[in-house]
Amino acid sequence: MSEARAEIMARLRAALRDVPPDETIEDVPVARDYHRDGTGAGPAQLRDLLAERVADYRATVHRCAADDLAGTVGTILAEHRTSTLLVPHDLPEDWHAGYPGTIYRDSANFPYPLATLDATDTVLTGCAVAIAATGTLVLDAGMAQGRRAISLVPDHHVCVVGADQVVGTVPEALARLDPVRPLTFVAGPSATSDIEFDRVEGVHGPRHLDVVLLS
Amino acid sequence: MSVAPQGRRLLPVLPHGSGHLAPPQPFPQRARAAVADPQLRANIRRATRTIRDKRAAAVSEVDDWEQLREAGRTIKRRVARHLPELLERFERAATAAGATVHWARDAAEANRIVTDLVRATGSDEVVKVKSMVTQEIELNDALARAGITASETDLAELIVQLDDGEQSHILVPAIHYNRAEIREIFRREMADAPADLTDDPAVLAEAARRHLRRKFLSTRVAISGANFAVADTGSLVVLESEGNGRMCLTLPETLISVVGIEKLVPSFADLEVFLQLLPRSSTAERMNPYTSVWTGSVPGDGPSDVHIVLLDNGRSATLADTVGRQALACIRCSACLNVCPVYERTGGIAYGSVYPGPIGAIISPQLTGIAANKSLPYASSLCGACYEVCPVKIDIPEVLVHLRQSGVDGARDRPSAERTAMRTLSWVMSDQRRYENALRAARISTGPVAALTGRGRRRRPGGPAGSLAHLPWPLSAWTTSRDAPLPARQSFRDWWRARDDRPGRSAAPDPGTPAGPPDPGTPAGPPDPGTPAGPPDPGTPAGPPDPGTPAGPAALGSSAGPAGSGSGRPAPSEEHADE
Amino acid sequence: MRIGLFVTCVNDLMYPGTGQAVVRILQRLGHEVDFPAAQTCCGQMHANSGYRAETMPLLRRFVDVFEPYQAIVAPSGSCAAMVRESYPRLAADDPALAERVAALAPRVYELSELLVDVLGVTELGAEFPHRVTYHPTCHGLRMLGLGDKPLRLLRGVSGIRLVALDAAEQCCGFGGTFAVKNPDVSTAMLADKARHVLDTDAEVLAAADNSCLAHIAGGLSRMRTGVRAMHYAEILASTGGTR
Repeated sequence: MSEARAEIMARLRAALRDVPPDETIEDVPVARDYHRDGTGAGPAQLRDLLAERVADYRATVHRCAADDLAGTVGTILAEHRTSTLLVPHDLPEDWHAGYPGTIYRDSANFPYPLATLDATDTVLTGCAVAIAATGTLVLDAGMAQGRRAISLVPDHHVCVVGADQVVGTVPEALARLDPVRPLTFVAGPSATSDIEFDRVEGVHGPRHLDVVLLS
Repeated sequence: MSVAPQGRRLLPVLPHGSGHLAPPQPFPQRARAAVADPQLRANIRRATRTIRDKRAAAVSEVDDWEQLREAGRTIKRRVARHLPELLERFERAATAAGATVHWARDAAEANRIVTDLVRATGSDEVVKVKSMVTQEIELNDALARAGITASETDLAELIVQLDDGEQSHILVPAIHYNRAEIREIFRREMADAPADLTDDPAVLAEAARRHLRRKFLSTRVAISGANFAVADTGSLVVLESEGNGRMCLTLPETLISVVGIEKLVPSFADLEVFLQLLPRSSTAERMNPYTSVWTGSVPGDGPSDVHIVLLDNGRSATLADTVGRQALACIRCSACLNVCPVYERTGGIAYGSVYPGPIGAIISPQLTGIAANKSLPYASSLCGACYEVCPVKIDIPEVLVHLRQSGVDGARDRPSAERTAMRTLSWVMSDQRRYENALRAARISTGPVAALTGRGRRRRPGGPAGSLAHLPWPLSAWTTSRDAPLPARQSFRDWWRARDDRPGRSAAPDPGTPAGPPDPGTPAGPPDPGTPAGPPDPGTPAGPPDPGTPAGPAALGSSAGPAGSGSGRPAPSEEHADE
Repeated sequence: MRIGLFVTCVNDLMYPGTGQAVVRILQRLGHEVDFPAAQTCCGQMHANSGYRAETMPLLRRFVDVFEPYQAIVAPSGSCAAMVRESYPRLAADDPALAERVAALAPRVYELSELLVDVLGVTELGAEFPHRVTYHPTCHGLRMLGLGDKPLRLLRGVSGIRLVALDAAEQCCGFGGTFAVKNPDVSTAMLADKARHVLDTDAEVLAAADNSCLAHIAGGLSRMRTGVRAMHYAEILASTGGTR
């Protein structure tokens, strides 16, 4: 081990001489009486809350039945005048069956160069879980989500949230996630408050976020 | 946090940190310049008031906020008490996930490690995610000396970097600029800024997007900090808004993250507390737009060459102080800056540290050692607004007082006028007779002054005997902007005694009080210069013995009583009440 | 109830009327008030300036003097907070002293706490036909958590017209030695506070701490305004001369 590491450890042990040597991490009590299990709201209420909170930060929310997904996505892409669409390789084809334009399927084996991602109009993905209370979508590079770069570089992101993917609270969401996967929490489109603490949408990440919430 | 008695006396001497942590001039001197800049004050006031109200609204929406705060505090307490074990755990997990972990004792060592890593990639430019710790160690300067260009990508950091200015806020380092000034900076310094640039924030953000886009897509090395590091999994977490963080954390081949050793949380589940506390406290959002969590490297997704530099730089020394160590719980939300009345008047540059405001006033002097940073613990009126909003319940006023004490104790062997005065005052106040003599002396010595000043005649019973517009140095610091009151003609205790002596006083009816408001202008004053600081000689303070009899009918305040003691101000050398 | 009055050294010397008002209020309510003459100063300025060693004799003295009382009342939010919130911390190194402090500290009340919480009164029969604004001083507000207790008492005063103070909860800039060590910032804070006070058109500014009031009034006086500062106890003791 490095000399620096050994010295820092020695410093820390010296600094913590007031901690009894037999005290363990678990001996230090942590208060956990905050809400961990959400509010007891049913799935429909959670979807309503998610829709409201996602919209609050200027994302556009579309609600439809699973059967209407292709039509809804087709309408969104038409309105956005999308002519090139990026999707992860494992995205179900029927999600974009209503879209007539060019499609790039990105995969680990055949990743598109960044320049292509940058030139693409729209990216369509699913997500891992969505948090109603905070209006947040979480992507974990799993099924229908692809690598992180594809949902970042294009200026328009369409994200599909399955009916069973909505949870109430942050603790419930973390319980569903695998920390070792690369995780991206998304709450609204890119924004900044850096000028006079005045929030404006749209800097480096996708400036337009459409969320399709299935019922 | 309870005070461990033995901790106070047996502090191990551990090396302090260096970097952008201490003002080159004392805070009051830098504050004077800031206070005198009306544009700066207007900008800061406007921004802090905006965010203050938003934060209050975002927090009031959560009905378990107090429970979350307590959880945040206790998790961080757990981390502080078991840091060595958690660091070992973190290193093991991160290494297993493909990251390389480095250790840096101080700023210079961290800068050397990062510089070497960048050089090894062959790149002479890096993109940076906004990171307090790299500002703390002044990494950009170190890279520049090695011929490496570091581009800040956070909008506020970009503004400051383009203007070659200084950060003035933890979250929004460019808070001291208004939109018109930012537009001018962009027009002046950003070669690709559009000719028709307006000062609309959305237009300015768009200009930054275009300016940085090419850099994001082409730069091979990125440098970040981390908001949290998860011990169990070796994961790092960055919260941001713009997407510049995601760009840096995802697109380059090499990612170097500099992480203070206090950033650990034990488990991934512990993030459930901080991901709720931090956004609402900092940008007043339910959730910030983007949060990235990554663990080592993942083939085909993000950087393949991942480095983590764990930094001490005075943190272990801070940890050694059982009262002060709570400052290490800080999650850099900056809520305390936004509510601080001092910060609102001075902005952040006056603090001369990358950590300004109330939290900076306790973190910076602990990282550098109090001797190198004497003025910051006094940059507070101890009003307590910071403690009230802190999402992890750091008792900032407690630590401020504690650091003042450390500074005073550390200088015990050096004589000072202040110490002499404090000691004398304590000595006078520890004894009834000395105290009463001092009260009397204060009244008598200022009597002639009161009589000579026109205002002195406007005194009311029950209130000060008048006020003064000028006091000699050092008390002139008070009277440059406020009048100072004179002691009352009769002290409370003299009134009490006189009342006791009056026959049948218990039956005496309460005479009531004339309800007119008191006479104006009975302000406060600093310690009476004459009385207090004399040597502890019991003889000195006593004026002609005035054994407790009322000073005269007019002062026999029982009948005139309270009609107006106006405002009040300390007696001989007592400025009371640190508010 | 036998109540010990801790008048505070500031009030003893500069504002005896405030102490007199407290005595009058409590006696009207039928309580016995005692003023132990051995009291001096709580040591707040020493402690907050970092002079712990110089604070301890004053702390011990306070404990000696006030231990016998069931309740101790102080017409000062910051002095009451010093005893109740800071003494336990300062005494922690000395177990015997710490025990005495732990027993004593909870019996120390700022005036409005004693009246509202302990004695259960908000109506004192006072009369004060003036326009008044109230500044909640920081230690009373945040360390003691007085909330609106002083205001509830003031609302019970007949004839009073209470007007809200903008940015009321912001510190006035006094802060004990802060006002002298950081005069420019203190003055900037004072200027804003004074402006907010003037905006209310109040005749009287009331608060629970004469030290803060002195600071604000000093600024108002320098600005040659006619606003007067009064401890709220003195308003509560007023009878409008009509009794």
